Amino acid sequence: MPFGLLKYGFKKDYPARHHFTPAKPLKKHYDVVIIGAGGHGTGIAYYLAKYHGITNVAILEKAYLGSGNTARNTAVIRSNYLTEEGVNFYRESVKLFQNLSNEFSYNVMLENRGQLTLAHSDAAIRSFRWRAEVNQHLGVRSELVDRKTIAELVPNLNLSEDVRYPIMAGLWHADGATARHDAVAWGYAKGACERGVELHQLTEVQDIDVEKGRVKAVQTNRGRVECGAVVQAVAGASSIVAKKAGIMLPIHSYPLQAMVTQPYKPVLTPHVSSPQVHVYLHQTSRGEFVIGGGADPYPLYNTRATLDQKESLAAASLELFPFLAQAKVMRQWAGTTDMTPDYSPIMGLSPVDNYYLDAGWGTWGFKATPICGKTMAELVATGKVPSIIKPFELERFYRFAQINEAGATAASH
Amino acid sequence: MKILTCPLNGPRNISEFTYGGEYHPMPDHSKSCSRDWAEHVFFHHNEAGVVTEWWCHTPTSYWFLAERNTISDEVVRTFPASEVFNERVNFAKSQEGNNA
Repeated sequence: MPFGLLKYGFKKDYPARHHFTPAKPLKKHYDVVIIGAGGHGTGIAYYLAKYHGITNVAILEKAYLGSGNTARNTAVIRSNYLTEEGVNFYRESVKLFQNLSNEFSYNVMLENRGQLTLAHSDAAIRSFRWRAEVNQHLGVRSELVDRKTIAELVPNLNLSEDVRYPIMAGLWHADGATARHDAVAWGYAKGACERGVELHQLTEVQDIDVEKGRVKAVQTNRGRVECGAVVQAVAGASSIVAKKAGIMLPIHSYPLQAMVTQPYKPVLTPHVSSPQVHVYLHQTSRGEFVIGGGADPYPLYNTRATLDQKESLAAASLELFPFLAQAKVMRQWAGTTDMTPDYSPIMGLSPVDNYYLDAGWGTWGFKATPICGKTMAELVATGKVPSIIKPFELERFYRFAQINEAGATAASH
Repeated sequence: MKILTCPLNGPRNISEFTYGGEYHPMPDHSKSCSRDWAEHVFFHHNEAGVVTEWWCHTPTSYWFLAERNTISDEVVRTFPASEVFNERVNFAKSQEGNNA
């Protein structure tokens, strides 16, 4: 068998098939130009081609496929938010994730492990009870659990009362899951390219031509491309790209730092999050602990590491899981989070005609990938805003109709 | 440890400070509508480059302005807010028309 594998590896036609379009010249005109080839950009292209038959589409990516925040998030999928708008939106996303591997014929390594958020104060318990009620009402599995149940769910969690913030209760979200984030972007890109969409990597949009309030073309490092519509899906650079089209956004960009330990035998099944001690972590199927949640205290377009944040992540992890004391940190990184004032995304129409926004993805972008791709594709194809994303329009800030999810976000800012 | 120089207290560890948002001039209160105010409060330039922003030295509650590069994280300079706010805003004057 290993010999057969070796022979296959040396065969001329290996790899058997190309998933993505090989590099080719840019056309003069596309019906739709999508800026950014992350999960969101490729997802929009995929659903445009699959459901709406729009295939004269180019995805322009300044670096390479899935190289931005798609590769930098901590791959958490959940829908236990607080507002009706938020829960309805993320619930549909969690549902779509369930079938992605089958749909792509490509394994996105979805694991339904559940998610446990910890309360260390009476105020947190009150808000968890509120979230559990809202979630259950809208068909999402969330329940308030006591210390005994927590001990059963996560036997090696430190439930001692002799710590700075003893654990008092938890919000158990059975629908919580994780998936391989790169594979989500690869799966969408593969499906889009098979249907005729062009993926152009190393193609940076440098300017956007707007005439009489309508987008006409984008200027790239490889020339000018005319287009019928533009979608920007560039989490981490939303303000910078929108500015090229003359649009100001309600966003501040902060780095969020995360890290991964050496691998261990499987000891932790659910995803565990503590808004109080500012950490969330889970053990991947490879055995590594992914530890995230350290947002820098001020905005920055830089993904450097700081000792302060790494120390704070380590200290919080040790309070929850003391056995990690000897763990070595293997890798660390940061991603840029586009934080909106209400901790909800900005999707839909913009002040420029035919220019669509998929922005403000702070720390909730990966989990929304499928539903955002699907609904944004519908918007671009039909010109009508799907009701599920209507509340997330940019215009909400002018109407003082924010969707407050600040308390339901795992990372703190 | 990153150092920020407070105009009142001198160089201190940045952990003693709280970031207070971008500085942008207030809309003219006699002419602006609620849309202008929404934009002033919620929308940001969020520039990659040198920006002017509010900072507070938390232990002394002293607010001041800083010019900082948001790509390299270098602080160009810090200065007292009185450099910008050097005359009193006369709210009463603009409301005279309304009261009359």
